[in-house]
Amino acid sequence: MKVAIVTFPGSNCDYDLYKCVQLVGGQPEFRWHRDVDLGEVDVVMLPGGFSYGDYLRAGAIATMSPIMDAVKEFAKSGGPVLGICNGFQMLCESGLLPGALLRNRSLLFSSRDVLLRVENTASIFTQEYESGQILRMPIAHAEGNYHADDETLDCLEGEGRVLFRYANAEGKAVDGANPNGSARSIAGILNESGNVMGMMPHPERAVESILGSVDGLGLFDGLLAQLSVGTL
Amino acid sequence: MSRFRLEIRVVPRPGLLDPEGKAIQSALHSLDYEQVHEVSVGKLLYLNVEAASSEHAREGAEAMCKRLLANPVTEDFEIDVGEAVEQTVPA
Repeated sequence: MKVAIVTFPGSNCDYDLYKCVQLVGGQPEFRWHRDVDLGEVDVVMLPGGFSYGDYLRAGAIATMSPIMDAVKEFAKSGGPVLGICNGFQMLCESGLLPGALLRNRSLLFSSRDVLLRVENTASIFTQEYESGQILRMPIAHAEGNYHADDETLDCLEGEGRVLFRYANAEGKAVDGANPNGSARSIAGILNESGNVMGMMPHPERAVESILGSVDGLGLFDGLLAQLSVGTL
Repeated sequence: MSRFRLEIRVVPRPGLLDPEGKAIQSALHSLDYEQVHEVSVGKLLYLNVEAASSEHAREGAEAMCKRLLANPVTEDFEIDVGEAVEQTVPA
């Protein structure tokens, strides 16, 4: 599995992703935001960080980078695209995913572990998990408060495109377990055709026991497994 | 062509959660400005643009807002086009 990891000025999770892809047996390759061609790759990943210093809006300037035309083309042709944290913000800003990520309701930058409930396992990103499974992984953001109008939220839920929700240890998506005020406790969503996914928490920082959790592994393992057997 | 000074205000859509506005409001209340309600915080941008007329300058700015300066999901924008500030001589 060849994975293009796009580095923008201000990305800071690109090396985490690189290591993580290596760990699951994939071949990571860096791409620079000024590149215009992704090359022959199976997956594109947009890492977390603070591209362009979060100027204007988090992720907004990055969507104007030359590489993003290639990323959009890749997504349009059905290629799997994963955006984590700042990458999720870019996917929303570029229109590849619906909605927007607003300032956390606490106004604070929040860096800590959260619990997620797996909502739908019928996606290329979540098939290694069990429905209702509780995952622990870190968040590190100030703009992770997912917002979309009710019609969009109903559509996402109705089509099983909410993949992860913030929940407590009992698996209840209660308000107290929602770290940023996200609408309907949404932590990760899928696009209409099922090949583009964005999430605020960091699965790539939960892949080795020394990091405190290995719950993020399933996402990368699952993606690799499907690419290896050629189902994508 | 003339050069126009544009003022663009990008504001959170009314009714949308605006935690920054809320925090400022409660800070004002803590200073005993109890008369303050509904604070919202936006962005103010100034641009100098070259355009054939103020209408063209406005059309260009609207396109810029839709494509980049405002988020269509969460923000509205208002554009003020100032008087032409100088004539630009074609090379």
